[in-house]
Amino acid sequence: MAAAAALEAAAPTGALWGLVHDFVMGQQEGPADQVAADVKSGNYTVLQVVEALGSSLENPEPRTRARGIQLLSQVLLHCHTLLLEKEVVHLILFYENRLKDHHLVIPSVLQGLKALSLCVALPSGLAVSVLKAIFQEVHVQSLPQVDRHTVYNIITNFMRTREEGPFVEELFEVTSCYFPIDFTPPPNDPHGIQREDLILSLRTVLASTPRFAEFLLPLLIEKVDSEVLSAKLDSLQTLNACCAVYGQKELKDFLPSLWASIRREVFQTASERVEAEGLAALHSLTACLSRSVLRADAEDLLDSFLSNILQDCRHHLCEPDMKLVWPSAKLLQAAAGASARACDYITSNVLPLLLEQFHKHSQSSQRRTILEMLLGFLKLQQKWSYEDKDQRPLNGFKDQLCSLVFMALTDPSTQLQLVGIRTLTVLGAQPDLLSSEDLELAVGHLYRLSFLEEDSQSCRVAALEASGTLAALYPVAFSSHLVPKLAEELRVGESNLTKGDEPTQCSRHLCCLQALSAVSTHPSIVKETLPLLLQHLWQVNRGNMVAQSSDVIAVCQSLKQMAEKCQQDPESCWYFHQTAIPCLLALAVQASMPEKEPSVLKKVLLEDEVLAAMVSVIGTATTHLSPELAAQSVTHIVPLFLDGNVSFLPENSFPSRFQPFQDDASGQRRLIALLMAFVCSLPRNVEIPQLNQLMRELLELSCCHSCPFSSTAAAKCFAGLLNKHPAGQQLDEFLQLAVDKVEAGLGSGPCRSQAFTLLLWVTKALVLRYHPLSSCLTARLMDLLNDPELGPAAADGFSLLMSDCTDVLTRAGHAEVRIMFRQRFFTDNVPALVQGFHAAPQDVKPNYLKGLSHVLNRLPKPVLLPELPTLLSLLLEALSCPDCVVQLSTLSCLQPLLLEAPQVMSLHVDNLVTKFLNLSSSPSMAVRIAALQCMHALTRLPTPVLLPYKPQVIRALAKPLDDKKRLVRKEAVSARGEWFLLGSPGS
Amino acid sequence: MVGGGGVGGGLLENANPLIYQRSGERPVTAGEEDEQVPDSIDAREIFDLIRSINDPEHPLTLEELNVVEQVRVQVSDPESTVAVAFTPTIPHCSMATLIGLSIKVKLLRSLPQRFKMDVHITPGTHASEHA
Repeated sequence: MAAAAALEAAAPTGALWGLVHDFVMGQQEGPADQVAADVKSGNYTVLQVVEALGSSLENPEPRTRARGIQLLSQVLLHCHTLLLEKEVVHLILFYENRLKDHHLVIPSVLQGLKALSLCVALPSGLAVSVLKAIFQEVHVQSLPQVDRHTVYNIITNFMRTREEGPFVEELFEVTSCYFPIDFTPPPNDPHGIQREDLILSLRTVLASTPRFAEFLLPLLIEKVDSEVLSAKLDSLQTLNACCAVYGQKELKDFLPSLWASIRREVFQTASERVEAEGLAALHSLTACLSRSVLRADAEDLLDSFLSNILQDCRHHLCEPDMKLVWPSAKLLQAAAGASARACDYITSNVLPLLLEQFHKHSQSSQRRTILEMLLGFLKLQQKWSYEDKDQRPLNGFKDQLCSLVFMALTDPSTQLQLVGIRTLTVLGAQPDLLSSEDLELAVGHLYRLSFLEEDSQSCRVAALEASGTLAALYPVAFSSHLVPKLAEELRVGESNLTKGDEPTQCSRHLCCLQALSAVSTHPSIVKETLPLLLQHLWQVNRGNMVAQSSDVIAVCQSLKQMAEKCQQDPESCWYFHQTAIPCLLALAVQASMPEKEPSVLKKVLLEDEVLAAMVSVIGTATTHLSPELAAQSVTHIVPLFLDGNVSFLPENSFPSRFQPFQDDASGQRRLIALLMAFVCSLPRNVEIPQLNQLMRELLELSCCHSCPFSSTAAAKCFAGLLNKHPAGQQLDEFLQLAVDKVEAGLGSGPCRSQAFTLLLWVTKALVLRYHPLSSCLTARLMDLLNDPELGPAAADGFSLLMSDCTDVLTRAGHAEVRIMFRQRFFTDNVPALVQGFHAAPQDVKPNYLKGLSHVLNRLPKPVLLPELPTLLSLLLEALSCPDCVVQLSTLSCLQPLLLEAPQVMSLHVDNLVTKFLNLSSSPSMAVRIAALQCMHALTRLPTPVLLPYKPQVIRALAKPLDDKKRLVRKEAVSARGEWFLLGSPGS
Repeated sequence: MVGGGGVGGGLLENANPLIYQRSGERPVTAGEEDEQVPDSIDAREIFDLIRSINDPEHPLTLEELNVVEQVRVQVSDPESTVAVAFTPTIPHCSMATLIGLSIKVKLLRSLPQRFKMDVHITPGTHASEHA
């Protein structure tokens, strides 16, 4: 009571006395807050509170003393900011003294100390004194949880600003007794604390200071050595966290034991997670040792640590058959990845060893293991950049490495070749490592590998990829050594084509086309390869070879890949666009010219598939154009189609005019597809000249019945432009025109199906952008489900509405596609579809089911699941529908439902078992597989419901075990196996 | 990797077996996806049925322990016969009969009834080959 005695001053007011009495003697909680509020607002001072408490603090009854101190502590918790330094000193002396008191009093005392620990005015030295008193007077470890938490808070508060100095060990003891955390949250825990939260918080404390190191590291080693998996993981992760704050000094004495434990875990563990954490810990340890600044006379721990690692691992590397080879390599790589110094040290020791081992072993499989390890070490080099060229550790091994890689590339084993290709790519990525002679050799190998036969596809693909990566780095080497060879190859291919096809020549030709596009990763190479491919197309078109559509399509695919590679570089992108597109258009226009003697060859270019391939080239070459350049291009291309202005095309002396919108007889209007590819891929803000005329022409053409290909292309083009057009009067006009056109066409006559196609595409364009008119058009589409002629097409139309297109209305082509359009379509339209189904006459019901199936099929399953129970009766009915599409989609809806909502489904078990078993002998393989997957999922229903069916199902499932298709048998095996286990113990 | 470190505390007959690589899922070929082409039951298909059976005393599969191998599966779809030879990890393995039985039951449940099956120990690898 020294504090109270020393502070005699003002007379306490009566109200305060009353409040204090109510709290201490009356056991009411309210007054405490009242007093705190009054102190805070300045009505009373803390001193007055102490005086008012006076006698209760000295009361012989411990409960009363506890109550008194509790009040004071609560007031302090609210008002610690108001305390003066002198008051703090007195209060702390008082509280320290009270720590000796009865155990009932202790919790309140600790609360008070906690309040004081928050004081800004805490004089230096008092923190030490408080902690000393706590650890001296109280056995913290045996306090109840709440009070341990308070002590923990006091410590953290002090730690924030002050030195914990002499209490490291005590602090460590009270915190580390929780390690490793083993905590399972109670069910219905309102706090939602997860085990992971506790682990992370404790780890933050333990790894907060290097001063814990001497106590923590032995504990961690002990826990890593234990048998408990979670303890191992937690310890390794904590070690990892510690390395961020530790230095050499803290780690020094424990390095041998730490290494021994980590090594054992990586060598022997059965758990991949422990292995990964062990490697991560080794990585951080090495990083920590590399980071520390050394005194001039100190021993460098990093070197001795790494040499320890090397010594324990190197002999395993020499035994490529043995099981410790990979763990050893991983340990070394984890250490080498930590710093440039570590990498240097390990690489310079390991590389010679591995190079020697490679030559010592002759089997391809062993060589492959060694090369794979080598590759791992080489990859690590990329993490560090060396200022000085001569310092790079790889320089000394360059020749040996190259000869080894080339040896691998010529090995008969595909696996070894593959690793060789990857190693070559990594070596090439090292700046200034490979000489021009090395590169010439490498290019020669890649050329050879790019023409490998059918059975080593993986190698060929890898070689093409490597060519692409390396060509971007060494364009000169590739354009001088590879491109000329490919050009020659292409010429040979052309002359072979004129003679007629041989299968091997044909596949070689294909390889050549792919190699040309693969290597086009640098702007300067594109300038050589693109003309080659275009020249090749002209040759085909001149008609002096036996061109098949597949040849032209192959060239187009290569062009498309090249266009994809150019997209990222604006310069290449524009070069490709302005070179390839006029050329393709010129070829197509040429082919579409009416001729006196029709030649079969030229018409190849007008075939549906060939035009589709050209469409994808034009689209890919347009989407990434900048709006300015696109605007430049659009002023040539739109007039070409509307006015027949061919001036910008190369070789443009055509025998007659190009009038795709007028021409009736020949194939000119088929080229609308190419116009579509271009205008529908333009950025949204590019203005299209003569838009009004263009839209009207497209609309007109879309309802022409002579050529379905061109009318569909026109409808798609119209829809694509509509989707991007800004809202406003002009858009409404276009829409009105379209609706009129559709209604006129649907009425009757020869154009019904064209009008339907137009309706479908326009609807899609509007559904994607959430246009208000879309619901109207969707309703019109639903009406058509009842149409005897167009009903089935309308049902399939729902698939188109819900799926992603590849050529128009794509996000890549800057169309307006809202992300949730499928969900929105589902919520807006499914009730109407269900209603329509119930109202529809029997013969068109399947159309509704099919439409619904398409909608359900495309919806993400998590969105679908909550809605499915309401559709259940409909789905059960759909199982009897004879249409395969409906069956398949229904089964794929029911399967997750069986897994997620077994209780609801068990009401229908009889129906489900019969239907699924029936469908398991459907003529369609996909339906059989889906039905068997549903049979499998059925086993999730409650066992008592299923047991009556068990013998029948097991007998019935014997039949699909002998299905002619392996994929069906596989599902039958797993479903039947699961049914056998029903009702057996342990299931 | 060396298995069995923490399992059961030293009562295993072979606590430290060599572990073999698992073969991945069988890749699906174009022929398998073609409705019309029948796929015959082949050795790999039988091997896929039994390779994932767990060993009675390790948390490992028969494949990882090399107890079963694809080359030791003989199958003839037209003649409806299957013969599987398995190799116990050590010659005195008391679990050999249990392993044999597990394989047999798995095949009985998974193969069409027309098949006649024979499951036996690889000759020369076990003390009680004829059991």
